[in-house]
Amino acid sequence: MAAENVKPRARQRRWGSTVAGLLVLAVMLFPLYWMLDTALQPEAGLLEVDPVPHRLDLSGFSKALDDQGGHLLTSLLVSLGAVVICLAIAAPAAYGLARFRLRGTRTIVFGTLITQMVPGIVIANALYTSYVDLGLVNSYFGLMLADASLGIPFSIVLMRSFMQSIPGEVIEAAEMDGAGRLRTFVRVVLPMSRNSLITSGLFAFLFSWSDFMFALTLNTTDDVKPVTLGIYQYIGAHVGDWGSVMAASVLSAVPAAILLVLAQKYIAAGITGGSVK
Amino acid sequence: MTTPTVTARGAAPTAGVPAATRPRHRRPLAQWGFVAPAVLFMLLFFGYPLVRNVVMSFQHYTPKTFFTGEAPLNGFDNWSAVFRDALFGKALWHTLVFTAGSLLGQFCAGLALAVFFTRRFPLNGVLRSLILLPWLVPMVVSGIVWRRILDQDTGVLNSFLDVIGLDGHTPWLTSPHMALLSVILVNIWIGIPFNMVILYGGLQEVPRELYEAAALDGASGWRTFRSVTLPTLRPVITVVLVLGFMSTVKILDLILALTDGGPADATQTLGTLTYQNSFVRLDFGAGAVVGNVLILISAVFAVFYLRANRTEGK
Repeated sequence: MAAENVKPRARQRRWGSTVAGLLVLAVMLFPLYWMLDTALQPEAGLLEVDPVPHRLDLSGFSKALDDQGGHLLTSLLVSLGAVVICLAIAAPAAYGLARFRLRGTRTIVFGTLITQMVPGIVIANALYTSYVDLGLVNSYFGLMLADASLGIPFSIVLMRSFMQSIPGEVIEAAEMDGAGRLRTFVRVVLPMSRNSLITSGLFAFLFSWSDFMFALTLNTTDDVKPVTLGIYQYIGAHVGDWGSVMAASVLSAVPAAILLVLAQKYIAAGITGGSVK
Repeated sequence: MTTPTVTARGAAPTAGVPAATRPRHRRPLAQWGFVAPAVLFMLLFFGYPLVRNVVMSFQHYTPKTFFTGEAPLNGFDNWSAVFRDALFGKALWHTLVFTAGSLLGQFCAGLALAVFFTRRFPLNGVLRSLILLPWLVPMVVSGIVWRRILDQDTGVLNSFLDVIGLDGHTPWLTSPHMALLSVILVNIWIGIPFNMVILYGGLQEVPRELYEAAALDGASGWRTFRSVTLPTLRPVITVVLVLGFMSTVKILDLILALTDGGPADATQTLGTLTYQNSFVRLDFGAGAVVGNVLILISAVFAVFYLRANRTEGK
């Protein structure tokens, strides 16, 4: 009889934790809910917003798309470019640092750690003057390069620690078959490192997509304007129009939400793996 | 170095290749080909700015510099001008308060949540990953959302406080006395997920036997937490705090989005001051001075971090 009692009570307690967890989640996600809620009430303007949207008013979204659609595309383009640059530079380096016993490996690995500690605004400060000289200000390529710098050290650290776990025999077998170093890297190492490549790429994308500082400092005209900068300037110009500002914010948060749902395990692996060491 | 993480765990045992099986023909030049682009990139985008900032801090930049290309050396003029400006002291103080407050809040809340999620209950995994969302949204966007929420007259926070019978007219972002606190609170909200995930990962690594031994000794929950969990978690705690420090001390996006450094410079930090000196006033020399101070502070903590990493590992 005692045993019969224990089970439901334990289960009850477990569901009690779920309820507590849901409450925590509700508090943490409330601002994001409020963003969506405000976006759906464009007629509220500067007035108080209702806790629940009373009707489905998408005019804020259509205005946001009109105003910010181009900036969203710019963000997408710049971020994809940054991902390509980041992986093209970081993946071979990660392999080289994991596998070859080059003199200076320790120094370089140490260097990647240090770079993560350099404040971005300091980089922007010096970069701007050089970008002016090189004609890279207000260019897509210039911003892609700068944004790639946000992901490269992280990606090297993450992929290197993964590539170190590839058994040496596998690589030697490929080289025994006459494959050159580059071929071995492309045909054997990269496919085996697929997961860490995906994680690195996702984070490089998110870093670049979220970038505001380089967008703000390395652009002086409206030629290259990612959505983060677009929204920031939007609040200056559309003070009364919170509905479309929030709609634009919702749109800018979509990639993060999609990636979190579709690529949960990679995100979790990236946060724990890349941040440590 | 064994740091308790997913990747490090897999990496440690197979690191390196036994000398005997290494290919005999080593071609360092071809091998360097793999590494060189990254080294070059990091030298250009991290090394060069560090050096350039030092040089710039001794140069006289004006808005005209970018047309004429002339930025003559001016000794310590920038330095003394920045240090004499009362705003620098304020910004330094705000930076320290902001960083300390943010870290304390993020860490405590993150740890509490991490411990909470070690319980087994339905939907644990789903809730744990959804909580990450605030951290993944662009920071400048989070700042703008909070700016709406914290609005004195029509923001939802004050409306809510009104409903539950508290003072619903708090000028969260518009009062010089409140603004820094508000910015800290928002940054705590942003940082909780990151702290939680890393600390949760660390908690998973605490050996089960330790808990069992503590239970056999009749240790209470709190006692076990203090004498078993915390000590084992120490390396992870160091990492999370140092990384938190690095990303918090240089804060810029969030403050620009929330307050633009105001009201009355109440939320001006070293990051925003660097930005304003260089990109608003176009005095890149003064910006470089503040930037150098920021680097110096980061460097001091980098040393702590590396030392901690070295002693914890092996």
